[in-house]
Amino acid sequence: MIAESGHYALVLALGLALIQSVVPLLGARWRDAALMNVARSTALAQLLFVAASFAALVTLHVTSDFSVLNVYENSHSLKPLLYKITGVWGNHEGSMLLWVSILALFGGLVAAFGNNLPLSLRAHVLAVQAWVASAFYLFILITSNPFLRIANPPLEGRDLNPVLQDIGLAVHPPMLYLGYVGFSISFSFAVAALLEGRIDAAWARWVRPWTLVAWIFLTLGIAMGSYWAYYELGWGGWWFWDPVENASLMPWLAGTALLHSALVMEKRNALKVWTVLLAILTFSLSLLGTFLVRSGVLTSVHAFATDPTRGVFILLILCVFIGGSLSLYAWRASALKQGGLFAPISREGALVLNNLLLTTACATVFIGTLYPLALEVLTGEKISVGAPFFNFTFAPLFVPLLIAVPFGPLLAWKRGDLLGAAQRLLAAGIAALLAIALVLAWTYGGATLAPVAIGLAVFVIVGALCDLAERIALFRVPLPISLRRARGLPRATWGTVFAHAGLGVALIGIVCETTWNSEYIGAMKPDDVARVAGYELKLDGLTQRQGPNFREMLAQFTVSRDGEKVSVMTPSKRNFTTRGAATTEAALLTRGASQLYISLGDASADGAIAVRIYHKPLVLLIWWGPVLMAFGGVLSLSDRRLRVGAPKPAKASSRALQAAE
Amino acid sequence: MTLWFVFALMTVAAIFAVLWPLSRRGRTESGGSEVVVYRDQLAEIDRDMAAGIIGAAEADAARVEISRRLLAAADQGGREGPVKGHLRLRRAAAVVALVGLPVIASGFYLTLGSPQLGDFPLSERSRVADANQPLANLVAQVEAHLEKNPTDGRGWNVLAPVLSRLGRYDDAVRAYRNAITYAGDTADRRAALGEALMGTAGGVVTAEAKTEFDRAVALDADEAKANYFLGIAAEQDGRKTDAAAIWQKMLAKAPADAPWRPLVQAALVRVGGVAAPALPEGAMAAAKDMSEAERGSMIQGMVDRLATRLKQNGDDVEGWLRLVRAYLVMGERDKAMSALGDARQAVAKDAERLRQLNEGLKNLGLDG
Repeated sequence: MIAESGHYALVLALGLALIQSVVPLLGARWRDAALMNVARSTALAQLLFVAASFAALVTLHVTSDFSVLNVYENSHSLKPLLYKITGVWGNHEGSMLLWVSILALFGGLVAAFGNNLPLSLRAHVLAVQAWVASAFYLFILITSNPFLRIANPPLEGRDLNPVLQDIGLAVHPPMLYLGYVGFSISFSFAVAALLEGRIDAAWARWVRPWTLVAWIFLTLGIAMGSYWAYYELGWGGWWFWDPVENASLMPWLAGTALLHSALVMEKRNALKVWTVLLAILTFSLSLLGTFLVRSGVLTSVHAFATDPTRGVFILLILCVFIGGSLSLYAWRASALKQGGLFAPISREGALVLNNLLLTTACATVFIGTLYPLALEVLTGEKISVGAPFFNFTFAPLFVPLLIAVPFGPLLAWKRGDLLGAAQRLLAAGIAALLAIALVLAWTYGGATLAPVAIGLAVFVIVGALCDLAERIALFRVPLPISLRRARGLPRATWGTVFAHAGLGVALIGIVCETTWNSEYIGAMKPDDVARVAGYELKLDGLTQRQGPNFREMLAQFTVSRDGEKVSVMTPSKRNFTTRGAATTEAALLTRGASQLYISLGDASADGAIAVRIYHKPLVLLIWWGPVLMAFGGVLSLSDRRLRVGAPKPAKASSRALQAAE
Repeated sequence: MTLWFVFALMTVAAIFAVLWPLSRRGRTESGGSEVVVYRDQLAEIDRDMAAGIIGAAEADAARVEISRRLLAAADQGGREGPVKGHLRLRRAAAVVALVGLPVIASGFYLTLGSPQLGDFPLSERSRVADANQPLANLVAQVEAHLEKNPTDGRGWNVLAPVLSRLGRYDDAVRAYRNAITYAGDTADRRAALGEALMGTAGGVVTAEAKTEFDRAVALDADEAKANYFLGIAAEQDGRKTDAAAIWQKMLAKAPADAPWRPLVQAALVRVGGVAAPALPEGAMAAAKDMSEAERGSMIQGMVDRLATRLKQNGDDVEGWLRLVRAYLVMGERDKAMSALGDARQAVAKDAERLRQLNEGLKNLGLDG
């Protein structure tokens, strides 16, 4: 009964979504409040039913009901409870159900907390949201239904892909989906604005918190996914420019651009048309990501052909929504009134530059990801666009972006003073040069580009702090007053500081990891000692152990430094009987922000085992950076006060300049 | 019965969600408006100025800008006119909810759902399973036993053929491998392993399977199963004379009452090796003398007859599978796919047949 009720709840959600996509629009057209309010109650009811459906699927997985095809194919009665639950979204059907659940969650949130929205805007937004939802409900029900049954249920399931049997699966997909799907709200707002033919600063004020929420989750989701790949895949790499990774990076780049352009719109009522376009593009890229990952087009173009219904269906959704919204944009965008003017050198100008660089970066990722696919479809020729392409195109775009980041917040709205900003960034420049000199001296004769990159990162971090110091007038007024000003600063300002500094922190991690990584690869027998970056790792021995649904071979290493024992590390290899697959569980030893990383290879007949040991200096900074960025986002989100950009009158700028000296 | 009651309750709840706002008369709430946002922004400037974050001049400039937007917004609100009621539309919406929702929901659910099936959580099934599925349960018990004692060669040896018969070829392959490791390498185990490997490949003798058959023959040159499948391998590679030679050698050496004699003879006829004494007449023998084109049209005719028969009576799962296989062999993938769709439709009402069909399709290498 649970399975069938869950199935029926999903069908009812589709019915409600269909009503929600039409009735509120009619209400808005004829200005009938009751009809417009239908959007609200149906959105909440939809959330209720989808949640019930999702809960049903979770229950089925937990109770190992193998009469449900999805459970049979992806679960095993011996799996630990946590993986029974996470296994729900560790497969295509379940993850699509999670996708629509989150979509319904965001719709429900707008319905519940959208009291400050004008009635007709809310009706439009929820109706557009329901269009997206209906399409995906249909997709799930017709091509990837998680509630299909088996009349004669087998007694045991086929187990979940062992690589996914990890805590990462509990966190990464929900986070990423919260990000992906969260951008559907900004999309709905954009389309609603186009339908209504009206857009203004207030619109940006309403859309910003939703965008920010999606951006925070996407940032954390990508970082989490990268860390997961780092410790689970056993290669020690953290970013592979894999199409699936790119699929999540593209909406992030576009979403970051959207956050900044919405800021301009909210404060200065400018860049309206561009912001709407970005909102559409960001969600389109999220849809594209869903398509790439979910249609099977990525594993190979041929896998796509073996199950054409799914791929074609998503492609259809993609075309309808992207094509439809862009056509609507082309048709209605000219009707939107243009907003405030600004000089090229101004906060707005800086944000436009940010947008240009981010969208160009996004476009290069887009080309690098889709060009090989398109080529294979058209000519059958297989090429692979790997890290070199992305490193050569991405880096030149991000260097100017990073140089510009500290300048942005220091420029005034409407018309800024570049020279003044540069002078205020003097401290950051000096710190950067010092850092370059120090690193060069430290690694004398080593890489030359790396110290410069470190200098850039320091410039970004200290630049963010300079902005803060400027705002609280540090060292210019007595310290207590500075502290009071710091407390009085809007939280969004603190958010900016943290987010921008996080960028620099991540860059330091990336440069250190790629440049000063040391490794040992070889076969070791018990009592052999490997020396890596000043650490001595002695292989004590190999032992076998039986896990709940796997057998594992543990290797124990004693780690010592200068003769002193530091710790014990136990990497392992797990064999999963049901799927006949093996995974490598790397052992990580964290020392400050650096890590020792051991992963096991195959054992040979003479009792030796292949071992890969890496020492990765400051590698954790790669993920602390995004966490800092997300923290900045949370701070900014918690800033309930409504902000306006106060333009500096022309004469005021010269005064500010003197004050800075 | 409870299930339908739950469905009815859920439907009523969904309908209520649509009707509830419609039933509320007049302007219960007007929602927020842009004017509020701009007023807040004005208040914010005063606060910022008091906190010393912006100067008086900047504050004035900002105030002017926001006031301009505020006026525009107020103007816009005035022009749009008040929110009004539209009774006829509301009634239409109510009808859509009352009729449309149940129709959509039942329409989708009845085509996709399986209301006749109850829940089968594992905890309940292990209690009742003995009577219903002795074989499956036995297999599960043996599997559980072997999970704990993976070196029990005899256990693997017992389990492997059962798994193979159940169609769990992947598991059967692993079981045979373990049996060979722990209970000894014999010709019949190698041959059976090869057969299970063929099962995983949908009946194709892969290089891996062929290696196993070769090993079996190396261990015992008279191993019938291995020899037979080596012949099949040769046939699938298009080396018909080789296949015929292998089978002829088998027949020559075999005792007269060997149970597999008819099977090998039929195979021999198929590759056109020799005239088969067991099948002097019949369609296959006739086909041997035909030209390539004639043979093609004869096969086409047989396939068409089969298709027509299945159109009239679609209950024959084996027939459907034969039809799909025939189309695949003839290289008409599109027809195979459409036949597959027809087959699904024809047996959709019968869950047992549907399962058989899906099993069979999986063996053909089509994803069920």
